Amino acid sequence: MASDGVVALYGNNNNAVVEPSSKPAAATFSVKVGLAQMLRGGVIMDVVTADQARLAEEAGACAVMALERVPADIRAQGGVARMSDPALIRDIKRAVTIPVMAKARIGHFVEAQILEAVGVDYVDESEVLTLADDAHHINKHNFRVPFVCGCRDLGEALRRIREGAAMIRTKGEAGTGNVVEAVRHVRSVMGAVRALRNMDDDEVFSYAKQIAAPYDLVMQTKQLGRLPVVQFAAGGVATPADAALMMQLGCDGVFVGSGIFKSGDPARRARAIVQAVTHYSDPEILADVSAGLGEAMVGINLSDPNVERFAARSQ
Amino acid sequence: MAVVGVLALQGSYNEHISALRRIGVKGVEVRKPDQLQGLDSLIIPGGESTTMAKLANYHNLFPALREFVGTGKPVWGTCAGLIFLANKAIGQKSGGQELIGGLDCTVHRNFFGSQVRSFETELSVPMLADKEGGSPTCRGVFIRAPAILEVGSDVEILADCPVPAGTPSITITSGEGVEEEVYSKDRVIVAVRQGNILATAFHPELTSDSRWHRLFLDMDKESHAKAFSALSLSTSSRDAEGRLNPRPLDLPIFE
Repeated sequence: MASDGVVALYGNNNNAVVEPSSKPAAATFSVKVGLAQMLRGGVIMDVVTADQARLAEEAGACAVMALERVPADIRAQGGVARMSDPALIRDIKRAVTIPVMAKARIGHFVEAQILEAVGVDYVDESEVLTLADDAHHINKHNFRVPFVCGCRDLGEALRRIREGAAMIRTKGEAGTGNVVEAVRHVRSVMGAVRALRNMDDDEVFSYAKQIAAPYDLVMQTKQLGRLPVVQFAAGGVATPADAALMMQLGCDGVFVGSGIFKSGDPARRARAIVQAVTHYSDPEILADVSAGLGEAMVGINLSDPNVERFAARSQ
Repeated sequence: MAVVGVLALQGSYNEHISALRRIGVKGVEVRKPDQLQGLDSLIIPGGESTTMAKLANYHNLFPALREFVGTGKPVWGTCAGLIFLANKAIGQKSGGQELIGGLDCTVHRNFFGSQVRSFETELSVPMLADKEGGSPTCRGVFIRAPAILEVGSDVEILADCPVPAGTPSITITSGEGVEEEVYSKDRVIVAVRQGNILATAFHPELTSDSRWHRLFLDMDKESHAKAFSALSLSTSSRDAEGRLNPRPLDLPIFE
């Protein structure tokens, strides 16, 4: 692959267009993407206490997401969901050595500033929390801390990357234990990339307009044959089989939210999902690790019109 | 041609395999002990060392890995791989984690701190330039990186880097945390070689500079004594690739 043919990303070269000069030169986009690359082939687990974080680390999670409530509880309790208490995040950071992520509301750049000051390793600008700005996302180029954002299709993914996201996850439908939306979103992105690869270069201009994505990133995606950042699956993964399915569909790793700590035997399930992601193409190991896990989280049927769609909260 | 294994439990194994492919070498993924059979050399990639240790344990990989390192075949660890190969690691999770060992040094698991302190820099690497040509510096990408605090007498230091200003003072707690000392030197070791073990705290697999991979393959050839001519990378082609631009547009690298 000729790397010189690749179209530049913001912040990827010396004369950074966006990063203000007051920031140390070290926070390059490649360093931000780099951590996500180190998480590839891993499982990121939602935790609400330091004990759960330790359990996740013990099971082999490659990172934890520090939350006050898992998505299933946010769904059940309703109300406004906000950033977690920094004290909780600090507790969890002290408890484990693996990277700690935390969620900020979409568009709430002050929550993101706070999380950066607390020293989290990744910020998830998440549709699972209530929106703070219904028109704009955070300008993620302004931060040293890297961001992960959700997407439902290629256009949305590339818009987030242009805003500075260094990692992309599918939105899925968090807190439902139902993987159908996550599969839809992965298939949508992967299918669009495959179509793009076979497209004539002359058609890319119009295609970029059609999916409302920046032309240079569309072109870069075409040349790479994949998203230009790491892509994880999220939203509804509840079993080792779900996790392996997402990997076989082409994701680089998996977020598991409510699926672990809302199940019968969290420690065992966590370990099984970690193994399923590593050995995602080995059905015999998948059969072994899927056996005797106890009760999975209760799923929610998404054809019920009363179920709120978190994924549709942002564009 | 040499068969290079890449430990594919978690982390940047795809990046290593692409980097090998760019210089015309096939890398094979290793997930189970029996897949180590028939390999000429092994790369342990970057990733979360805690996670990789857990996964290696689930499938009982540690004895096989130790045996592989013991045979004297070339082994290269980047970042998490460096931690794996070290005889002693500090700053680990409570209860510690299992290591392969073999490299006589003390590693601090997360010397440079959390992700907001991750950085990239130009490292001075005279030995690498000497052996593989190109510029006397290489681009070092440090992601929540470890660093080598002490090395044994057999260990050759290939690169060090200044401790960035603002790095939280590192307290070296040995054993049960009885004796504590603060790491006070202003430079820290980030790349070493001991016999056929190569270790880097940074990630050459995330850059387009393939000299580290070539160096590793050359170790492989040295260890075989007879030269493999299969790798027909002539000296002139290497010189031509000597990078003139200080910062090429090479990330992200995916294939």
